[in-house]
Amino acid sequence: MFSASSKTPHKQPRKQSISIGRGTRKKDEDSGTEVGEGTDEWAQSKATVRPPDQLELTDAELKEEFTRILTANNPHAPQNIVRYNFKEGTYKLIGFVNQLAVHYTQVGNLIPKDSDEGRRQHYRDELVADSQESAKVVISETENLEEDEDPKELETEPGSQTVVPAAGAAEKVTEEELMTPKQPKERKLTNQFNFSERASQTFNNPLRDRECQMEPPPRTNFSATANQWEIYDAYVEELEKQEKTKEKEKAKTPVAKKTGKMAMRKLTSLESQTDDITKVSQAAKIVERMVNQNTYDDVAQDFKYYEDAADEYRDQEGTLLPLWKFQNDKAKRLSVTALCWNPKYRDLFAVGYGSYDFMKQSRGMLLLYSMKNPSFPEYMFSSNSGIMCLDIHVDHPYLVAVGHYDGNVAIYNLKKPHSQPSFLSSAKSGKHTDPVWQVKWQKDDMDQNLNFFSVSSDGRIVSWTLVKSELVHIDVIKLKVEGSTTEVPEGLQLHTVGCGTAFDFHKEIDYLFLVGTEEGKIYKCSKSYSSQFLDTYDAHNMAVDAVSWNPYHTKVFMSCSSDWTVKIWDHTIKTPMFIYDLNSAVGDVAWAPYSSTVFTAVTTDGKAHVFDLAINKYEAICNQPVVAKKKNKITHVQFNPIHPIIIVGDDRGHIICLKLSPNLRKMPKEKKGQEVQKGPAVEIAKLDKLLNLVREVKTKT
Amino acid sequence: MGETEGKKDEADYKRLHNFPLVRHSDMPEEMRVETVELCVTACEKFSNNNESAAKMIKETMDKKFGSSWHVVIGEAFGFEITHEAKNLLYLYFGGTLAICVWKCS
Repeated sequence: MFSASSKTPHKQPRKQSISIGRGTRKKDEDSGTEVGEGTDEWAQSKATVRPPDQLELTDAELKEEFTRILTANNPHAPQNIVRYNFKEGTYKLIGFVNQLAVHYTQVGNLIPKDSDEGRRQHYRDELVADSQESAKVVISETENLEEDEDPKELETEPGSQTVVPAAGAAEKVTEEELMTPKQPKERKLTNQFNFSERASQTFNNPLRDRECQMEPPPRTNFSATANQWEIYDAYVEELEKQEKTKEKEKAKTPVAKKTGKMAMRKLTSLESQTDDITKVSQAAKIVERMVNQNTYDDVAQDFKYYEDAADEYRDQEGTLLPLWKFQNDKAKRLSVTALCWNPKYRDLFAVGYGSYDFMKQSRGMLLLYSMKNPSFPEYMFSSNSGIMCLDIHVDHPYLVAVGHYDGNVAIYNLKKPHSQPSFLSSAKSGKHTDPVWQVKWQKDDMDQNLNFFSVSSDGRIVSWTLVKSELVHIDVIKLKVEGSTTEVPEGLQLHTVGCGTAFDFHKEIDYLFLVGTEEGKIYKCSKSYSSQFLDTYDAHNMAVDAVSWNPYHTKVFMSCSSDWTVKIWDHTIKTPMFIYDLNSAVGDVAWAPYSSTVFTAVTTDGKAHVFDLAINKYEAICNQPVVAKKKNKITHVQFNPIHPIIIVGDDRGHIICLKLSPNLRKMPKEKKGQEVQKGPAVEIAKLDKLLNLVREVKTKT
Repeated sequence: MGETEGKKDEADYKRLHNFPLVRHSDMPEEMRVETVELCVTACEKFSNNNESAAKMIKETMDKKFGSSWHVVIGEAFGFEITHEAKNLLYLYFGGTLAICVWKCS
């Protein structure tokens, strides 16, 4: 009755087909098309009663047939769904529209028999029926679990995909186990993922026992008795031992405290030194000095404070006041051959003893005296051969270089208490073949080695270097007498060798030095030229005893000789500036350290002459016999660098210390504002003035 | 007066003899030093109870140097023991005590 096609022509059947339905239809549920039909039918067949609000239609309109088709189409479904087609990029009409209209839904719990779940349930029902007798707890539990899971599964079946596999796997395992014994013919259940389990058993190695027995640690027996007396004895013994060791330690500590000077003083008793004396040594030394000071109290006072008042009246003349006299029994027979002040300790000076006598040669001695103790020297050294010269190093005031009569040179180290020199040259190491007349320390060479020069009668000037505790010699210059070459048949030229007797190095120009010879010539030499002299001066008629550069003026030097003269030179001019005749062989000359114009000369007749060129160019301002006995010859003189005293040595082994009176040490008057630095310049200027005068005179003549 | 002096001497020597005096030992140096210190500590701690001192020494030695140490502390005893080589210490302490420590498992 759903779909009805028109039986009659278009106009009529409508009313028939719908006639049944019309009765139930009311006006308010009319669709638009149906309104008109009702009136038509009623109007024709019966006496129709027209409702007042019915449409008024014409007959033609009333006969019109309207066809109605009942379809299964959902009237509520849209008919013109348009969807955007991404492929074509436009909106497109969808042809087929889903016409399904769901009127009623209900979720049911029916599962198909053939599905997994269905089969499972089927088996389960069977199992429950079978296994009531032989029910294992495990199985029932699993079943319970499974049964519990079942309703859950049923309820959540549409979306229970995750729960099922877990349960399924468990169930599957148990089911497999159960299955094999109970229902071998049934096909094996596989879980949802067709999981298959494989197992294998590796081959286990057979077990084996191993034993090992180590050697037990070695054992020894021990036995003893522990008694009170044993314990006591042991302790007493231990204490005694400890005490002994303590005593031994104490005995070691009081080593002989050797204050070097005291030890040197008691040379003989040094070997048998006991603790008592060394402890007292320092105190004894001080006491000795005190005693000396008391004894020579007046001398000490004079040294410090006495200024000869008479000098004010004596114009241009001065005196030498004798102070101390140093002499030693052991050096009695020897003459003073060298004097040198210590650069560091201004009261200490070194004296070399030897002999100038060619025939009488004996031993030599080196003594160091201090002005504080005139009675006994501070240091004493003896040597086999006479000491002819000595020099103390400026930077290392404990090193004394010494030249011997037999040509050896030695270095004494005052710090060490030996009585032997620290270094001694020998024939192997190139000693001189003739007496060494002068030694002088030089500055340390490039390797910081100490070195000194020596001049000797064998004509060689040798530089000695202290290399690793050995003396190494280098011949610097061989003195040749000019014009004395003789021809030997082989064609070689043989030079007569000159004998050097004195030398002095320039204060400022390092390489420049002067050598005085026995022939009376003075050569100006350079360290760098070994065969040629820079200059020669015909100085004297006899051997040159001493040469000395002026401490201030760089051009001026002085020489003295046994020909009774003292000459002052300018090294640029061949002839001397000043000549002084002293009526006796001059032993030594020395410039004063405080003035460029003051110098002193000593003669063999026992006199000391002091000159001051600024005051008197031609004569000595002091002319004084120093040594009492006329038999004594004065051999050397030295100025003290700071004190206004000179020491004079004679050939009897005595040393006399004299103080210069004020007139002898006149300084140029300085204005108050002037600085001290101008001192040397002033000195130089002073001397220059004098020299210029002399030069003018010379040029005139 | 003599008696008091005698007593003084006694007291003196006890004071003087207080240090640990090793009578016999064949332990290595380090081990010996440690053990001596341990014994001194123990005896000072348990000065009136030798057993506790010995117990302390034995337990500490077991922990430090291996099992089965034996310790005897006393003032008058004689002994003859077998000990593992280099594991014996026999010392006097405190003027009156003798301590013997050895290892033997």
